[in-house]
Amino acid sequence: MKYIDEFRDGAVAQRVAARIAAEVRPDRTYRFMEFCGGHTHAIARYGIAEWLPPAVRMIHGPGCPVCVLPIGRIDQAIRLALERDAIVCTYGDTLRVPASAGLSLLKAKARGGAVRIVYSPTDALRIAAEHPQREVVFFAIGFETTTPPTALALLAARRQRLENFSVLSCHVLTPSAITHILESPEVRDYGSVPLDGFVGPAHVSIVIGSRPYEHFAEEYRKPVAIAGFEPLDVMQAILMLVRQVNAGRADVENEFTRAVTRDGNQAAQAVVAQVFELRSRFEWRGLGEVPYSALKIRPQYAAYDAEARFDMDYRPVPDHKSCECGAILRGVKRPVDCKLFGTVCTPDSPMGSCMVSSEGACAAHYSYGRFRDIAIVAEAGA
Amino acid sequence: MKDGYVRPIDLRDGRVDMNHGAGGRAAAQLVEELFVRAFDNPYLRQGNDGALLPVAAELLDGGRLVMACDGHVVAPIFFPGGDLGALSVHGTLNDVAMLGARPLYLAASFILEEGYPLADLARVVESMGAAARAARVPIVAGDTKVVERGKGDGVFIATTGVGVVPRGREIGGARARPGDAVLLSGTIGEHGVAVLSKRESLEFETTIESDSAALHDLVAALLAAAPEGAVHVLRDPTRGGLATTLNEIARQSGVGIRLSEAAIPVKPQVDAACELLGLDPLYVANEGKLVALVDPAAADAVLAAMRADSLGRDSCRIGVVIEDEHRFVQMDTRFGGRRVIDWLSGEQLPRIC
Repeated sequence: MKYIDEFRDGAVAQRVAARIAAEVRPDRTYRFMEFCGGHTHAIARYGIAEWLPPAVRMIHGPGCPVCVLPIGRIDQAIRLALERDAIVCTYGDTLRVPASAGLSLLKAKARGGAVRIVYSPTDALRIAAEHPQREVVFFAIGFETTTPPTALALLAARRQRLENFSVLSCHVLTPSAITHILESPEVRDYGSVPLDGFVGPAHVSIVIGSRPYEHFAEEYRKPVAIAGFEPLDVMQAILMLVRQVNAGRADVENEFTRAVTRDGNQAAQAVVAQVFELRSRFEWRGLGEVPYSALKIRPQYAAYDAEARFDMDYRPVPDHKSCECGAILRGVKRPVDCKLFGTVCTPDSPMGSCMVSSEGACAAHYSYGRFRDIAIVAEAGA
Repeated sequence: MKDGYVRPIDLRDGRVDMNHGAGGRAAAQLVEELFVRAFDNPYLRQGNDGALLPVAAELLDGGRLVMACDGHVVAPIFFPGGDLGALSVHGTLNDVAMLGARPLYLAASFILEEGYPLADLARVVESMGAAARAARVPIVAGDTKVVERGKGDGVFIATTGVGVVPRGREIGGARARPGDAVLLSGTIGEHGVAVLSKRESLEFETTIESDSAALHDLVAALLAAAPEGAVHVLRDPTRGGLATTLNEIARQSGVGIRLSEAAIPVKPQVDAACELLGLDPLYVANEGKLVALVDPAAADAVLAAMRADSLGRDSCRIGVVIEDEHRFVQMDTRFGGRRVIDWLSGEQLPRIC
């Protein structure tokens, strides 16, 4: 595929790897967090870790939209399908996330709930137009990448006078999550999680631009290299971070210049601002309550807000007590440090959210990287 | 009154109704005018509840019977490059052929949904008859049931196939050995992408057609090119794709498999569709491909024979069987890294980010 294969070229990767190895200082380690699940997936799928010298370690961040979705929110979507007889439309990833009472949206579907996979919120609109007698709810999840399409769908519903369409908004914000990690006691005070820099989001940054990261770089002295989702993008960004660390710099650099500008997509930002406003608090799975980290629908669009329309309350649900997803999402622990990993928690029967999506740190490691820690597999595969 | 006149069933505008499954005159007429006509062969013409069949020569010489069955419920029923009817013939013939067998007979059971257009049913049944004739394997017995509207999905077809393997031929999923060459008969992912392209809510334009095909001639050709015993495993990577099939073999045989991504052929259109939908072609279904795990000494000869067959033109060597108590399927990526090719968890779902 043109414009894709160029970014998956093994020969070029070898040259970038050689540069990284040559520039890494022997007297220190480099710990970089890739925020996005898309990067986690690329690192695992293309075996990027094999190319990195031992001194460079990647920490998988919380940027997997499915992983940070709290159980209580999935419960809400399930209640809409099973108790309110709504047609719940959502992205495929969301279906297998374990919820309360042993349910998931997939299991709710098997119990007769109308749950539909859509590729775009416009598909949900079409379903609403086709079923005027049914309530149709788009279960909207994701970071800034998926927010503009939700906003556009909502505006289109109003234009088309679709009175049976609403949105359950669980959209979250990247900058607040990064701040939360940088403010967490492990990173800030104890220094138990040395973080030397961030591989910045790809698609999110297309929408919000590179400017929002300038604050972290300056305030927390952490270099950021925004990278595309292809494997060479990630490796080039790692090289840029190594160079910044070596030079003692903490700047926002942009490897993904073919798509990301400093100010981002302002038309998209305007549509989002028209429809959404900040929530003062929102629970993230693994991170807990993060202030001003999510979006809700503005009161003037309340008719399209499923929470208002169905008068829904939010009931938080704690994770399994041995589940380490929270610590893994904050970079404090690795998947293999969790007792449940590869034993009772596998991609076939996920306990925690990091095992659900192939972008999740645990699922990515289980599916693609397990041969590096054979002992765990021997137990699990028996 | 015209003696002996029976009004033919309306294959243009008619629809399946409950009478067609009730065992009365309407049911008999449907069988007679549609199924028997499309599948016509002497065994079916016997007109009994079962078919009386001659014994194959191999069986008198220590050969063994192979029997396989497969239910076909694909949606949509018509897709680019095929339909449910042809697929229900190919799928079962391939299951029989993967044991190194020569397929002899097929039987088919139809579950029809009330209201299904008879014109569409006729297309499916005729396509099935054509596929069976092309494969030179007669459909010798059948059954039809009708379920109420809403209790089926148009047409379900379950087929059973019977074949024979000659004495001494041992091919099976548990017989892979370290050192075996892993051969693949062509490009992967076409069937899955062709079907997905016609799914409601996902429709996209593609020139990709399903690879649905009967593989027993290819199997016969590749077996003829190798000394008896050199072909250890044959399997068609259908649901779950190549990745799932290789994991099954690794588990059954207690071995590992090491693949080279660069050697696995994928058509650019399939690659592009998968990229767009967030799918991995390794996990996408095929209906006309096989993998052969072969003694390395015979691999070149087998590969040449596969390439000489029209269904194996793009055959290639994609990896090797290794010793591995953990039974991993691993792949050297084109990018230069290495990763595990794991079992698929549930259905392959698109990623959103």
